[in-house]
Amino acid sequence: MSASHSRLLSSFLFLLLALFVPACARSQESAYFVTYDHYLEEPGNLEIEYFSTFGTQHGGNDFHAFWTELEYGATAWWTTEFYLDGQTTFNDSTLFTGFRWENRFRPLKHEHFINPVIYVEYERLNGADKILREVEGHDVASDMGDPNSALKEETKNELELKLLLSSTFKGWNFAENTTATKNLSNEPWEFGYALGASRPLKLAASPQRCSFCGQNFVAGIEMYGGLGDRHGFGLKDTSHYLAPVAAWNLPSGWTLRVSPGFGLNDNSHGFLLRWGLSYEISGFGEMVGHLFGRGR
Amino acid sequence: MKACVVTLCISATLVAWSAVAGQDLGSASKRAKDSVYSEIEKAPEKARAKRNPFELNADAVSAGKILFEQHCAECHGETALGGKKAPSLRAVEVQGASPGAIFWILTNGVVRRGMPVWSKLPEPQRWQLVTYIKSLGIAPSETADYAPKKP
Repeated sequence: MSASHSRLLSSFLFLLLALFVPACARSQESAYFVTYDHYLEEPGNLEIEYFSTFGTQHGGNDFHAFWTELEYGATAWWTTEFYLDGQTTFNDSTLFTGFRWENRFRPLKHEHFINPVIYVEYERLNGADKILREVEGHDVASDMGDPNSALKEETKNELELKLLLSSTFKGWNFAENTTATKNLSNEPWEFGYALGASRPLKLAASPQRCSFCGQNFVAGIEMYGGLGDRHGFGLKDTSHYLAPVAAWNLPSGWTLRVSPGFGLNDNSHGFLLRWGLSYEISGFGEMVGHLFGRGR
Repeated sequence: MKACVVTLCISATLVAWSAVAGQDLGSASKRAKDSVYSEIEKAPEKARAKRNPFELNADAVSAGKILFEQHCAECHGETALGGKKAPSLRAVEVQGASPGAIFWILTNGVVRRGMPVWSKLPEPQRWQLVTYIKSLGIAPSETADYAPKKP
């Protein structure tokens, strides 16, 4: 084995080891599933996340959609994320439905009463994608009623832009997101929104290390839905959801989130149950730096 | 599938680039030192004048220590003497600053230089962190010519 191979192998093993050794750092994760606040991933940290959505389907089979998310803090003003989506429709099939590449940029240096973040995402999905990570345009529950074999025939290449606005006041976070999505195969721009409010159960930290202290729990609510498209802006033929959200940030670096969601009109799925688990790896950027022979 | 592979490659390249670029920041430590500490001086007068509600509170020091280990030690070092990515918090420039100025830095971060915004921590927790940082005092070895340690 050559020296360069040996170095590459040892760097790779170091990276693998680091991935599975618990890191002590922990960040305060938000409780939202759909809404974004203005906080980005800490630079050099990688967060690995798994999320599930169980949804009921009018006139069809219920489904369980899931996605894996890799979120990396490239700098203090730029976070990049990669998603892999899939779903199981009961009495039908399980399939991979596509991927997304998301970037969030913080344009302002300091904190303000309202803090903007620019969000840019490219997604390549098929029509069977059911994770409902966002609701936009005239997305309605009946779109998902067909069998997977028919839904997966549609391919969507989409560019999604969002303006994320978020404020923190007396421990509360208030976030307002507006979405504009363009299917790159000559379809009109579609619009959507998400609103959220959340607060830790306790604002001051406990002087003892603890898993069940109030500061580790965040609770709130979010509401999201579509706003039509360029040819028909408004609430007609759109779906909307209201969902309480809760997160438990464990000192070990794990975060558990759960959210029961309720459709607000006949176009919506009646019930969505979401849950997610995430783990943050501190100093991932340095490990990648080691792979490239830097920092030795 | 092809688009998936291309996107993965682009993501990996960008992540690798940001990691390598991050390492370069350490080599410019002297230049960074001046500008990082000078951020404290940019705190507005109103922010500097704010009083720490947890001043001299022993529980706040304990809570702040735990918060420091969870959120700050990775960059500033376990003993706050500085690390690969961030300067010492036991330097004269930090320990001599008003609690309000340190709180202002925590709240706003130094985003362009890699320090994230910590307003995601509720205000009382940021003050607990300030209480802990101020309790550390100036490190005996600290001088105005402080430079971050090499890895």
